[in-house]
Formats: sequence, structure tokens, C-alpha cells
Amino acid sequence: MTALSQPFFQHALLAGTLIAAACGMVGYFLVLRAQVFTADALSHVAFTGAMAALAIGYDLRLGLFAATIAIALLFGALGRRARPDDVVIGSVFSWVLGLGAFFVTLYTTSRSTADGTAGVSVLFGSVFGMSAGHAATAALLAGGVCVLMLIAARPLLFATVDEAVAAARGVPVRLLGYGFLAVAGASAAEATQAVGSLLLLGLLAAPAGAAIRLTDRPYRALALSVGLAVTEVWTGLFTSYAVPKMPPSFAIMATATAVYAATFLIRRPVPRTS
Amino acid sequence: MSADPLWSWNLVGDVRQMWSYPFMVNAFRAGAIVAVVSAAVGWFVVLRRQTFAAHTVSAVAFPGAAGAVLLGVGAVSGYFTLCVTAALVIAALRGTGDREESALTGTVQAFLLACGYLFTALYKGLLEGPQTILFGTFLGITTTQVTVLLGVGIAVLAVLALIGRPLLFASVDPRVAAARGVPVRALSVVFLVLLGAATAEASQITGTLLVFALMVIPAATAQTLTARPAASLLLAVALALAATWAGLIAAYCSPYPLGFFVTSFAFTGYVLALGVRVLRTAVPGRPVGEVAS
Amino acid sequence: MIEAMEPAVRAVGPRAVRVPASRQAAEPVLELCDAAVRVGGRTLWSGVNLAVGAGEFTAVLGPNGVGKSTLVKALLGAMPLAAGEVRVLGDRPGRAGHRIGYLPQRRSFDASMRIRGIDVVRMGLDGDRWGVPLPIPGPRRRAARERVDEVVELVGASAYAHRPVGECSGGEQQRLLIAQALVRRPQLLLLDEPLDSLDLSHQGGIAALIGRICHQEGVAVVMVAHDVNPILHHLDRVVYLARGGSASGAPQEVITSETLTGLYGTPVEVLRASDGRLVVVGRPESAGDGHGDGGGHVG
Repeated sequence: MTALSQPFFQHALLAGTLIAAACGMVGYFLVLRAQVFTADALSHVAFTGAMAALAIGYDLRLGLFAATIAIALLFGALGRRARPDDVVIGSVFSWVLGLGAFFVTLYTTSRSTADGTAGVSVLFGSVFGMSAGHAATAALLAGGVCVLMLIAARPLLFATVDEAVAAARGVPVRLLGYGFLAVAGASAAEATQAVGSLLLLGLLAAPAGAAIRLTDRPYRALALSVGLAVTEVWTGLFTSYAVPKMPPSFAIMATATAVYAATFLIRRPVPRTS
Repeated sequence: MSADPLWSWNLVGDVRQMWSYPFMVNAFRAGAIVAVVSAAVGWFVVLRRQTFAAHTVSAVAFPGAAGAVLLGVGAVSGYFTLCVTAALVIAALRGTGDREESALTGTVQAFLLACGYLFTALYKGLLEGPQTILFGTFLGITTTQVTVLLGVGIAVLAVLALIGRPLLFASVDPRVAAARGVPVRALSVVFLVLLGAATAEASQITGTLLVFALMVIPAATAQTLTARPAASLLLAVALALAATWAGLIAAYCSPYPLGFFVTSFAFTGYVLALGVRVLRTAVPGRPVGEVAS
Repeated sequence: MIEAMEPAVRAVGPRAVRVPASRQAAEPVLELCDAAVRVGGRTLWSGVNLAVGAGEFTAVLGPNGVGKSTLVKALLGAMPLAAGEVRVLGDRPGRAGHRIGYLPQRRSFDASMRIRGIDVVRMGLDGDRWGVPLPIPGPRRRAARERVDEVVELVGASAYAHRPVGECSGGEQQRLLIAQALVRRPQLLLLDEPLDSLDLSHQGGIAALIGRICHQEGVAVVMVAHDVNPILHHLDRVVYLARGGSASGAPQEVITSETLTGLYGTPVEVLRASDGRLVVVGRPESAGDGHGDGGGHVG
């Protein structure tokens, strides 16, 4: 109960919950569309965006969103039907990461007021360091991502499973492909604030991977992915509060990984025949 | 970062001055070894479309190094142990299917990076924080380190040369290769181990986050330009070497990190190659390679 | 040009042959009039005339690379015609998407696609609507569920519809995909090589299923096929596409030595085996795109 009375913990819980919900939803489609590597790339782009914004002197979050969404759309443009080749993604994002290294140096050498740990907190998150305003903005944006995903869920599922038929049916397959990449970019930017750019991949991949192992029903899997992500973030936050030596992002990742690993122990449900 | 950023445009003198620092000589030696090994292994990574696995193996070098520092053993052993282990884990998980595999790979990567963060958080004495491990440094490479790099590099290249032809066959057409008696699965495991070793090597110079650039970009560039295996393999090695050495010179003369220059030079080459390819397709009559169409 | 020709066959274009069908519906579901398609400056086929009525089964045949799938795309409105006219369900193509069931070429789900077969069928019903289906019981939800069960039963996929689709065999997946195409009660079914990559017994089963749906439910079927034999005795009409020309009409009138020889400009002989199967000798492929795989072509 003491944890819940602390303002910093309340902020972390508010932002963390909605960010987790957004990541759970986006992650499910990332796994289903086999685009986890794209998310990996976007998470690294988030780092460069944040460091570029800091080096130039803007708000870190501006850089985060601008970079992830722009690169997500670029990936869409580079691939056929908004699904780029892994090698193209790899080449682009390793260069963007190199730019990130440049901006870190620029930031730490050019600004006398530079905070030496800014780079580390972008890489590994600082969910306990969020102010009330930051937490509210993050929660609002994550809520927006959730709403968008819910609106697009059914046609996106159709376009994911069965692209040609969906296109023949009038589903805007290309638009959905781009839109989804942009939303994935936005949620990567969101998640960077909670668990850091290097670790957000776990929040996208682990709950969704676990949900897909647990059920074959698409909407149930989507809900389960959200539920698991939120529970894992909560568990991580409380654990980290109880054990101060453990950074919150590590606690969240460890929980998510443990849950995913546990699904390998559960036997898959025997197929029902009706 | 920079040693003495005076570039007088007297090339001979400048190079002599640069090489009067033993650490710069070592940096050039280490850079050459790392570039050749990563490009050769990376060429197969690109051919086999295993970029995600390669990136995960390279990311894992971070907890390896951080963990080794925390335990008080040398970072070098940490790099090698964890990279090769991660390669073996990914090899064991392979074959579960596209979606499951990518979710697993992503989770393994994020979890191990989180472990690395925990190690650095526990080990407060790591003065520069995780950034040196992540983004690399070319300062202070010792002669012993170069020797280790050379030894491991030669071993990796030797094994690669040994398995190169069947690996190429298995990469291009696994079913036919398997029917011909090529041990496809065993080759894939051996290759991932080589990947782990090469990554561990390169991590020490370019940093764990940028190893991937040295592996993927030169190989992707070369495969864009030519479809002939031997030519593109050699081209990849040459491009990686050029990017690394040019990056070293640039980093020596400026305050910015080596990783930035290496990735930028390599990426410029890649964009130019894509431009050449587009031009070739636009001008009819010239044959275009069939890679990555 | 085309000399030895049966009375029923008359030339329309320079190399176009049209055989009036014996059974012409009053209001055709689908009509192609002197249609031609050009891809990359190259005319794939031209002078295609075709009218398909409700409950008619039409096969589109021809060598590889001649543009059979392109014909299906033109009917879907995804590929503009270079010449001629096309009307689908009384409208321009692409307008009546919800009344068409479409089965694209060579689709299969890999084992990692962990979505039930019944969910894939359900997507055919309402997968293009925005939002998520809410788990609130009601008449619409029940009606949707009943329709999906009904169509799964119709294609005989009930036994495995609740298994992940990636774990189903090729034939089982094909049945589920046909169910998906049928679930909205389409008036026209466009099937692109649905029998490809199936073994012989499954080919017969799927062909019989499509024939039954076509004739019993009154759905017009246009099916691209490699081999005419599995579907031969369900067919009402065939269209042979050739480089620059076409021939259409009842199968027994079109699949003859004279018509095919005239169409492909190379000697083609149609033989009837004792079991009723047709064997086309003389490789119409060679007249097509040069993609012939050698040897005698069946169908």
C-alpha cells in the first residue's frame, strides 16, 4: 500500500498500464505479421530520435515520435506492399543507430548542462522518473494507440491472414500496412519512456508470443496479449519497488520472459472437434 | 575521444604521426581483422536472411561484457561466452516456424539486454556506464587483444572456408541440398556458432550495437551489385575493410565516435549501390543481378 | 486462316474463335466483350468473349504465362482492360466485391499461423468491417455463427475447422478457403488454380464440391485450371487463352484438334482416352510464352 501512495509510483503505474496495453495490442499483430524485426529496428531508431532531440535542444519525446514514425513509414515505402525486406531494415537501422552514437557524443560534448545519464535512461527507460505531466501525456497517447488498434483490428487481421482476398474485398490493404507501421512506431516511442529503447522489444514480443501459444482464437489472443502485458508491467513495477537494487525495466522484462517461458511448459489445448 | 586532431593535409606526415601512436596501429590491425571476419560471416547472414538472429547475437555481447566485468573476469571471455551461447540457443529454437521464432528471438534479445542493464546497475564502478560497451571504442586496444582477435578470426575463416560450399548450397536451396546429403541442420548450427564468434570479435571494436552494421551493410551492398557469389563475397570484405579504416581515420581526426563513421561510410556505399542498381534497371539492355529482387 | 472448323465455330478477331454455348443464361453474371489486357506494353490476350450465367461452371485454360490469373484480376477490377468491355454482376468490375467470392492462387498457411480455420472462414463474412466483434450475445452474432457453421459443413470441413489453420493439410486448407469465399453467399466465385498442389483424390473431391456448389446453389464459377480433366464433367464452358487470341464455348466444342490448332497456330491433337480423359498432344505451350515444361500437355 505504501507504494501506491507514492506519487512517482502512481505516475509509473498510470503510464505503464496504458503503454503495456498498447504494446500488447500492437505486439500481437507484429508477431502475426512476422514483423518483430521491424519493431526491433524501430526500437533502436527511438534511441537516435531521442538523442537527436536532446542534442538539438528539443523535448526528447518530440524526437522519439518523429524518428520512429518517420522511419516506420520509410520502411513501408521501401518494401513491397508495405512489408520491407529484413536486409533493407537491417541496413537502414544500423546506420540510424550509428547516427545515435553521433548524437550522444554531440549531446554530451556540446551542452554544458547535459545530463550524463540521459543516454542510459533512453536506452533502458526510467519509468520511476516520470513527472505527472509526462505520465499523463504518455497515458493519453497510449490510449490513442489502443483506440486506433481496436478500430482497425478486424480489417487488419483480415489483411494479415489473407491479404489477396482482403484486397479483393475492398479492405485498404496498403493503407493498413502503412498505418500499422506508423502505430507500431508510435508505440515504440511510447514504450521507450517506460522500459527503454533496448528493452521495449520484449514488451512487444513476449506477451504476444505467449498469447499466441495459449489460444488459437484471434480476438481472445489479442485480449490475452493485452492482459499479460499489463500484468507483467504491474508485477515488474511492484517487484522493483520492493527490491530497489533491481531496475524496473529489468523486473518487467524478467517477468515477461518468465511468463513466456512458462507457456512452453503448458501443453497446447487439445483441438476441439465439433 | 580523439588523440590529437591535427590533420595538416600532409598525408604522409599525418599517417606517420597517426601510426606513431601504438594504440592507433593496434586499432588499424584490429579493425582489419574484424572487418574481414564480419564481412565474410555477414555475407552468409544476408544470403540466409538471418539478420534478426545476427542482431540478437550481437546485442547479447552487451550482457556478456557487463556480466564479465561484474564477475571480475575479462570482458573478452564474457563476449565470447555469451555470444556463442546465444547463437546455440537460437540454433536450438530454430524450426519452430516464422512467427514463433521471431517472437522468441525478440524476447531472448530483450531479456538478455535487460540482464546487461541489471549487471551495470549492480556494478557501480563502471565509470563510463554501458555506453562504451554499446558504442565501442578504439582506444586502448592492446597487442594481446589483437593477437586473440587474429587467432579467433583465422579459426572462424578457416571453418567458414571448409563449410563454405555446402553452406552456400544449403542456404540457397535447403531441400535439394538435404536430398543430396548435405547436413543442412548441422551446418546451420555451425554457422550460428561462427556468427557468435565473429560478433564477439567485432563487439570489442565497434560496440555491440554497431557490429550488425559491419556484418549486414557491406554484404547487402555487394549482393546488390553482383549476383556472382565469389565476387560479391570479396567485394563485401573489401567494402567492410574500406569502411572500417576510413572510419578509424575520421574518428581519429574528430571528436565523434568510430561507430558513427563506420556505419555512415558503409551506408553511403549501400545507398550508392542501390542507385546503381536502379540506373541499371532503368537503362535496358544491361543485365541486372538476380539478388533480392 | 482457320480452315477446318466445325460449323458451330466462327472467327471473330484475326485469331479469335468463339463457340456459342449450348446453354446461355438470360441475364449473364459476367460478360467479357472483345476484351484485351496489356502488361508492360505486351498484349497478353485479346478478343476474349465470354458470358457466364448463374449456375454455370467455366474453366479458364491455357499455357503458363498466358495471363489466366490476369483474367481473374481483370474481373476483380484490379487490372484495367486495354480494349473491350467487361461487366460483372451488371456493373463495372470492382464495384460488386462483396458479391464475389475470390480464391487467389497458391495460398497456404505455414505451421506457425496459429489461427483457427473457422476464424479464417469468419473473416470472409465480416473481416472487412472496422472495429472488433464484441462478445455480446444477440441475433446477429448467432446468425453469423450459424452461417459460418453451415458453410463449413457444406464444404465438409467440420472435422478440422477448430484446429489452427497452419496445422491443416493442403486439401483441408483449400476446403476452408472455399468456405471463406462462399460464406457471404456470392453470386460469382473466382477460383485461381484451386486444385494446384493437391493430390489426385483431393482434386476430385474439391472439383466435385465446386461443381455441386455451382449447380445446386446457382453460383456462377470461373476457375483457372492447369488440367481440365478433374473438372471436365462438371464444366459448362471453357475459355482457352492464347498469345493474342482466345476460344470459348462448350468443352466438347472447344477442346478439339481443329479449334486448338487454329488458336495456337501449331498442330495440336486432342485424344480421348478410354476412361474419358482428354489428352492434348502437340504442346500448346510452345505457341504461348515459351514456358512449356516439355512433354505432352494434359488439358
